Amino acid sequence: MSTIRHTTRLLRGSRLRPSSFRFTQTRPLTTTPKVDLEAPTAPIRQPPNANSVHFPGALNSQFTSTMSFHAPNATPSLPTYRIMDTNGEIIDTSHTPTMDAEGMLKMYTAMVKTSIMDMIMYDSQRQGRISFYMVSSGEEGVAVGSAAALNPEDVIFSQYREQGALMYRGFRLDEFMNQMFGNRLDYGKGRNMPIHYMSERLNVHSISSPLATQIPHAVGAAYGLKREGEGRVVVCYFGEGAASEGDFHAGLNIAATRSCPVVFICRNNGYAISTPSLEQYKGDGIASRGIGYGIETIRVDGNDIWAVHEVTKRAREIASKEQRPVLIEAMTYRISHHSTSDDSFAYRPREEVESWKRRDDPITRFRKYLENKGLWDSSKEEDLRKTVKKEVMNAFMAAEKERKPRVREMFGDTFKEETPVLKKQREELKRVVAEYPNEYDLDAFEDGKDGL
Amino acid sequence: MATVRAVFRNGLRHARILKQQPTASYSSVASADRKFNKPIDYATSTYLAHSPATALANKELSEEVRKTSTTKKMNLFQAINDGLSTVLDRDEKACVFGEDVSFGGVFRCTMGLQERFGGERVFNTPLTEQGLVGFAIGLAAQGHTALAEIQFADYMFPAFDQLHNEASKMRYRSGGAEKFTSGRLLVRMPAGGVGHGALYHSQSPEGFFLGCQGLKVVIPRGPIQAKGLLLSAVESPDPVVFMEPKILYRAAVEHVPTDYYTLPIGKAEILKPGKDITLISYGTLTYACEMAAKHAKEQLGLDVEVIDLRTVHPWDRETVFASVNKTGRCVVVHEASRSGGIGESVAGDVQENCFLRLEAPVARVTGWDVPNALQFEDFMIPDVCRKFPIHQPFQWIANTINRYL
Repeated sequence: MSTIRHTTRLLRGSRLRPSSFRFTQTRPLTTTPKVDLEAPTAPIRQPPNANSVHFPGALNSQFTSTMSFHAPNATPSLPTYRIMDTNGEIIDTSHTPTMDAEGMLKMYTAMVKTSIMDMIMYDSQRQGRISFYMVSSGEEGVAVGSAAALNPEDVIFSQYREQGALMYRGFRLDEFMNQMFGNRLDYGKGRNMPIHYMSERLNVHSISSPLATQIPHAVGAAYGLKREGEGRVVVCYFGEGAASEGDFHAGLNIAATRSCPVVFICRNNGYAISTPSLEQYKGDGIASRGIGYGIETIRVDGNDIWAVHEVTKRAREIASKEQRPVLIEAMTYRISHHSTSDDSFAYRPREEVESWKRRDDPITRFRKYLENKGLWDSSKEEDLRKTVKKEVMNAFMAAEKERKPRVREMFGDTFKEETPVLKKQREELKRVVAEYPNEYDLDAFEDGKDGL
Repeated sequence: MATVRAVFRNGLRHARILKQQPTASYSSVASADRKFNKPIDYATSTYLAHSPATALANKELSEEVRKTSTTKKMNLFQAINDGLSTVLDRDEKACVFGEDVSFGGVFRCTMGLQERFGGERVFNTPLTEQGLVGFAIGLAAQGHTALAEIQFADYMFPAFDQLHNEASKMRYRSGGAEKFTSGRLLVRMPAGGVGHGALYHSQSPEGFFLGCQGLKVVIPRGPIQAKGLLLSAVESPDPVVFMEPKILYRAAVEHVPTDYYTLPIGKAEILKPGKDITLISYGTLTYACEMAAKHAKEQLGLDVEVIDLRTVHPWDRETVFASVNKTGRCVVVHEASRSGGIGESVAGDVQENCFLRLEAPVARVTGWDVPNALQFEDFMIPDVCRKFPIHQPFQWIANTINRYL
């Protein structure tokens, strides 16, 4: 029965085209949505003597009488776009950066600030002052360069190694610290592990540990923005390891079929914890897959902040103006350990890491550019580092001193309203805590035992 | 057109051949000798409203709806369709999507919606459950109303990560930030036995959600509930999984108010008050409970209280405890396997909260702890007498009473 109906639909496709949208609803959208998604209007059939196959699944495929399997290695690897070399010299002169000095220094400051916060927080985890941390060294260029190309209203979904993007957007040091200490000021009310940031103010969705789940979220959110019709886009970050998850496939495929204004940014840093990319995939990185989904794709040098910035700017424009997805694969190297729970020298040589650090670091490269331009020098560098260290330490000390949230926050927000079951369980805990006050560290929590 | 006609002609010829067969070989037919395991007669069930007056007598409806609404005879899929179209009509930010929903859905639940509301708001997604549920979560988190469909509850599992790790924890991990919740998410999925659905078109996976905090699971038993609970679920600030008993799509027919109305989520409904035993179920098996209660009255003189949970997670403890504290006996009935099913949760909480009043252990009449096998469905799904060695009618009730009285 369904086959019959389906055929009927194709033959009379125009009958099914959306005729008009209704605007008498209770929650009006701001502008008229413009969506180009319609049922096929013409029947799909094989014209007589045609040399191309009109199979519905591949409309533009030509017949051939040469049997040839398409070998992946027969196609050259997709090139990596760069604007400046490792000495900070511009190579692609057609793309001379046009940003003013203030803008450039804002990017540079965000990178340095990120790397200093990383260093301090890494050490503080080693001292047992926070439970966990993830450093982003080597990848500050991808995060900051891309964030700088976005509008503040654009929505960000991230994985966890994109603190540079938050830093650039204006997530304050106290906000970072409150989250990491899970204190009473943390927006997530101390429920999530450190580095799982979020910001309503900055349109950054809460980070969750399950990898790649945010990819289809980003696509759904982008579809929402498409319907709102204001030209906002979604940016979705993930690593090359996460791209092996089914949600990557699902997300990119829906983004393409529903033409969603989303920019996917893959940080290909060579490792997923201990797994080198050689064991992650056999194709030409992540970029080659984008083409398979019918998504415009580019590979970029992730240690070149200008290249990342320009590419993201253009991708944003495509997504916003043409309302379709774009995939950016930013090639970089994970200089840091995966996390504070990982010693990466167990699976890669120390020299490899040292060589990347010395040879090609996004911060050093950009610093050279700024110095070449006469915008930066070693005394400015010293001042910046000194100031930032002080700022980070101040925020650190303040956040560490804050009490943890009220204990009752453990039960809140599970559902919008507390269910009778949860109320009972909260009261049960309250009774236990009242009976054995010395067994629990209640003073660390706001309002102590009364916080339940 | 020629092609369509040809296909259609062949279809008719095929249908004629099938018609000559005395019965379809894949479905069993009740023998005339059966006393108890007869097909449910939905046309006479008192759990469905067979007249406009009965439909509007429902005290859970608002005064206004009861006074002014007209009603229309609908089956379950039509009521779902009515519910969805009501949402799309009232809320411009609502979208309906899933696999094959554009042409009306494989169970006709989305019929006519694309024609009426356009391809932008009612559309097919690629065939990926994790993708379409993830998409729905993102859309909802952007402040839109996401009405997603999973074609069969059996295929919910690829999306389980998205439902359990993401949808259910979004509000919690965002510290209650209204901007980032997935409250406006509704995931519909046909569930339950259908006579010949076998392993992957019969499952009742509601028990898997018991460990999933932050998500509600609703199962309607008929058209009035389907529409009212669906509209509530959309308005609910929490994400809702909505399991539709697919065997009732065409079978359960009743008069449904045509106005906008809601029914409470998280509240059980006492379908028939009684004093001797509490019979708890939801969805399709509420009708088997109705028959069992009737026979128990006739054969054993028992006054059975029948409760429809409606929201199976988190289920309504208050109503159930009050009932069991009154009757002293409790039987839970569901299609899903016993282990990990809703019955375990009910039995555990009832014994903890009604211990002094319980006169018998809580009994569970459920599917066996096996997958749903094609040829054995009659033996899997709890029926009116559940064929145990002794041919005692209404074994579930009788057993509970006889063994422990």
